[in-house]
Amino acid sequence: MKIHLSRRYSFAASHRLHNPRLSAEQNQRLYGKCNNPYGHGHNYVVEVTVSGRVDPATGMVAHLGKLDEFVAREVLETFDHKNLNEEIATFRERVPTTENLCIEIYNRLRDFPGARLERVRLEETSLNTFEYSGERQGSR
Amino acid sequence: MIYLTRKIEFSASHLYHNPAFSAEENRRVFGKCNNPHGHGHNYVLEVTVAGTPDPNTGMVLDLKELKEILQREIIERMDHRFLNYEVPELAGQIPTCENIAAVIWKLLDPKITEGTLHRVRLYETPDLFVDCYGDSESGLENAQESVWENEGGAR
Repeated sequence: MKIHLSRRYSFAASHRLHNPRLSAEQNQRLYGKCNNPYGHGHNYVVEVTVSGRVDPATGMVAHLGKLDEFVAREVLETFDHKNLNEEIATFRERVPTTENLCIEIYNRLRDFPGARLERVRLEETSLNTFEYSGERQGSR
Repeated sequence: MIYLTRKIEFSASHLYHNPAFSAEENRRVFGKCNNPHGHGHNYVLEVTVAGTPDPNTGMVLDLKELKEILQREIIERMDHRFLNYEVPELAGQIPTCENIAAVIWKLLDPKITEGTLHRVRLYETPDLFVDCYGDSESGLENAQESVWENEGGAR
């Protein structure tokens, strides 16, 4: 049986979409209100999906306590109540769009020791959702 | 290919306990889910069937028939039951979301004769769910042995 287990977490953070290689006018045209120099914030919801063998002794793909600890350490503690542009190293060189944030979270969770990371799904608002499953073949 | 999803809800109780573990191990591994009196959830089940719409009806399958299958196979079997003691298909297994989803797959797969069962998604809470895709695709090449035998924590 192929089983995927998904767990949802949330964190709040601020960002500003701005590319220093573009002019002020180009930034304004491209990013609109997301280019506001003071930034703005979201309540992000991150849905983490892992897969693996169901351990017959426990009936579990992954121990949720371990997954919760890992996600808290690698993602929630890093991003919650932070300014992504100012406080997260990777976003000094990269625009903190939710696409790039989704990839960053995937990369931070990729080495979860308890199961295989299948997908990170990130909701910026209830209307905007982004998914990343890495670049490998055969992932869903 | 069209994917059609139908959702149902059922409420049931369960507890996690492995008789091969000591009482202390059970508490360490399963945490509050090891409470011997059990506890319950409102499970939400989404069943997705893949198929091609019949040109005469425009339907992948008859939704009324799917509703009846879900009523007969799942609701009548699991709704308002204690999963450990009252659902024979789960006998000898820990009734985790993973194992319940796999049982639901095995119950539904042979009953769905129009289209093919694509996915069983079972929500234990809005923030925890499992997707089961049956044996049709091998996604388990990296399956791992249990890595947390001596670790604490609860689900």
